[in-house]
Amino acid sequence: MGESQPQRTSMSGRSFRRWFVQIGWRHLVGLAVVVFAAFPLVYVFSASLNPGGTLITANTLFGNPSLQSYVDLFNRPQQPFAAWYLNTLFIGFTASAGSVLLGALAAYAFSRMRFTGRRLGLIGIVLVQMFPQLLAMVAIFLLMLSIGEIFPAIGLNSQIGLIMVYLGGALGVNTYLMYGFFNTIPTSIDEAARIDGAGHARIFFTIILPLVSPILAVVALLSLVATLSEFVIASVLLRDPEKQTLAVGLYQFISQETSQNWSVFAAGAVLAAIIPVVLFLALQRYIVSGLVAGSVK
Amino acid sequence: MLTPTTTRADARALDGRRARRTAETASLGWKLLLLKITVLGLLNAASVYAAMVLFFNERWLIGTLVVVTGALITWIYFQRGALPAKYLAPGVTFLLIFQVFVILYSGYVAFTNYGTGHNSTKEHAIHAIMLQTQDRVPDSPTYPLTVVERSGELAFAVTAQEGEVLVGSADAPLEAIDGALVEEGRIVDVPGHTVLSFTELMERQQELSTLAVPLDEDPNAGALRTQDGQRAYVYTSRFVYDESSDTMTNTESGETYTDGGEGAFVTESGEQLMPGWRVNVGLDNFVRAITEESIRGPLLYVTAWTFAFAFLSVASTFVLGLFLAIVFNDPRMRSRRYYRLVMILPYAFPGFLSALVWAGMMNQEFGFINSVLFGGAAIPWLSDPWLAKLSILIVNLWLGFPYMFLVCTGALQSIPEELTEAAQMDGARPFQAFRQIKFPLLLVSIAPLLISSFAFNFNNFNLVYMLTGGGPRDIEAGINVGSTDILISMVYKVAFVGAQSDYGLASAFSILIFFIVGTISVIAFRRTRALEELN
Repeated sequence: MGESQPQRTSMSGRSFRRWFVQIGWRHLVGLAVVVFAAFPLVYVFSASLNPGGTLITANTLFGNPSLQSYVDLFNRPQQPFAAWYLNTLFIGFTASAGSVLLGALAAYAFSRMRFTGRRLGLIGIVLVQMFPQLLAMVAIFLLMLSIGEIFPAIGLNSQIGLIMVYLGGALGVNTYLMYGFFNTIPTSIDEAARIDGAGHARIFFTIILPLVSPILAVVALLSLVATLSEFVIASVLLRDPEKQTLAVGLYQFISQETSQNWSVFAAGAVLAAIIPVVLFLALQRYIVSGLVAGSVK
Repeated sequence: MLTPTTTRADARALDGRRARRTAETASLGWKLLLLKITVLGLLNAASVYAAMVLFFNERWLIGTLVVVTGALITWIYFQRGALPAKYLAPGVTFLLIFQVFVILYSGYVAFTNYGTGHNSTKEHAIHAIMLQTQDRVPDSPTYPLTVVERSGELAFAVTAQEGEVLVGSADAPLEAIDGALVEEGRIVDVPGHTVLSFTELMERQQELSTLAVPLDEDPNAGALRTQDGQRAYVYTSRFVYDESSDTMTNTESGETYTDGGEGAFVTESGEQLMPGWRVNVGLDNFVRAITEESIRGPLLYVTAWTFAFAFLSVASTFVLGLFLAIVFNDPRMRSRRYYRLVMILPYAFPGFLSALVWAGMMNQEFGFINSVLFGGAAIPWLSDPWLAKLSILIVNLWLGFPYMFLVCTGALQSIPEELTEAAQMDGARPFQAFRQIKFPLLLVSIAPLLISSFAFNFNNFNLVYMLTGGGPRDIEAGINVGSTDILISMVYKVAFVGAQSDYGLASAFSILIFFIVGTISVIAFRRTRALEELN
């Protein structure tokens, strides 16, 4: 990077052209992409600062900025935004912690133990990964409906029920990613610990888990983000507005009153996006390695 | 470890350390054991409780399954050995119920007529039909009534002619009860129930006016209903159900309805009596999807668009992502970090929100794109069948290119630079060198990701549903679909959107998606040989 420094200081017409042909045009492409990538986000942020704004008034970017919409957002009895936010966090963090635990347990078994049905199990998990749960949304709805008739606490319209459904997808989505990472930890570590008298549970919880924490972070984040954005199953299972998640609530918000309360929606969108965006940027490095290893958001 | 030169003191220290470690292990083991017992105890308590409730509700099979599962899990954790099972059991249990079972259950539902009007059993349907069409019996005796409640459910307590007290609710026909307290002809206390006060009655007026308490197990006997919560009268249905011939007769018109075998009572002229009930209809849903023009047309259209959408999405995001990866893969370029940071923002932003924001920007009348970028033009971005498809692809390009950029950058950087240099030495132009050397190598590592991206977009429900809702709606179709619907959003709309739900047909569509996705995965696995790497 430092090499282009002297060229710039003594930049004549010819060397500028050379710089442009080799490097400069890349910055033009970069600027175009930055505008394309960032514009909708700038737009929604500006719309959220436009008090009492509709779709039309949102078109004047950053005209008359105010935080009023953020206040209004929390004062709408029909659309309990605060409840949606807390529900989403509760469901998201619980489901993601559960997924990490279930996935790590299974990945440890596949990576460290040799047993009959192991290869079949691995193939099964890769295959199950191909069939996302939302394909069976009708059956999930009917199952939870009949569970709810007898056990209302875990059936339809129950957040615990929704989390259980999400945990059903945990093995399929995460285990293979974790399995690959577990394999990179040398087995000699386990053996050394075993010789020192540590049991399998101790080896797993106190030795292996800390060593694989990067992949745990990736899987936790990916499954958190996936849960935060999950609409289909959440919308089918959660009926009361008080129990719904952000994805379901904000969608209904916008489909009921598209243009009148655009700025309030935009404020909600900004607040809803903060946690995933911050986590994503903070854990960027890990995630990219996870992506290359083959997971799609 | 103990070499001859080790002193005794060293050895003692070592022993001490080992002893301490053993103690630690033991104490951890003790804690773990306690945890294990607690968790399994709770699990067993829950499963026994659940089984009891299930048996009480006469769900024998599921109740038995719950007990067996609970016992199996307890056995797994309390025996020595079977270590893999201990680690796999929790995840596999959830996987079996909420992924494997529900897939099989979809298969079952696809062979039923489950949906609006066919929600329940025949018994319930008969009951519901008779409730809908009740008239007060002209010479009905008056029953002095007290409204009572038991665990949230309203019930009637009435004094019969002979003076005994009868109690019944919507699901439980009137039955004599002992120990009720009657003062001045009014029932004031019923064991096991709470008498409702006047204000409580007023609050639940709505519920009360629809409550009908059957007189008898026989649905033809009629039911008690009340208007004011003080007096109840006998109501009978216009319909009479004859159990021996399995027919419903309308006593006013004299018309007879028979069980047509398709989950509803029908007259000879084919008129149906709703609600019906759930029956197996065999391949009917599949046959309908293939033979009925109003379903077959949209289904083919949607399937074709789903493939086109998934393919074009992968192609467009890959081309842009790869192009950008090449552009930014020059170490001489400054500030690449900052470009990169902004570029991955669309990927970090929750997808459903992006689609909703884009939907606002693409709004025909007020949206930013038309009002500002196109100076007030009224371009129907989301309401023209073809433009809506283009819009979906544009938004998906925005959503998806950062991912492709990230993975392509990673893949490019893992290809040694020497290869290109060697080719250029041999006289290849830069583009030639890229196309013939780097690109094939890149494809090898990216191909599995392209396939999983295809599979992801094949079911990219959120984008389609949040951006266009699948619309614009195809008015000629017999089901609720539009020209941007993909298969998965069609399933959702058939099953859950609008007044008519058809779970059977929706499940039949899901089964179709299963087969398509399954076929694609088989081909993909053959190609990439991913399964062979498993060992």
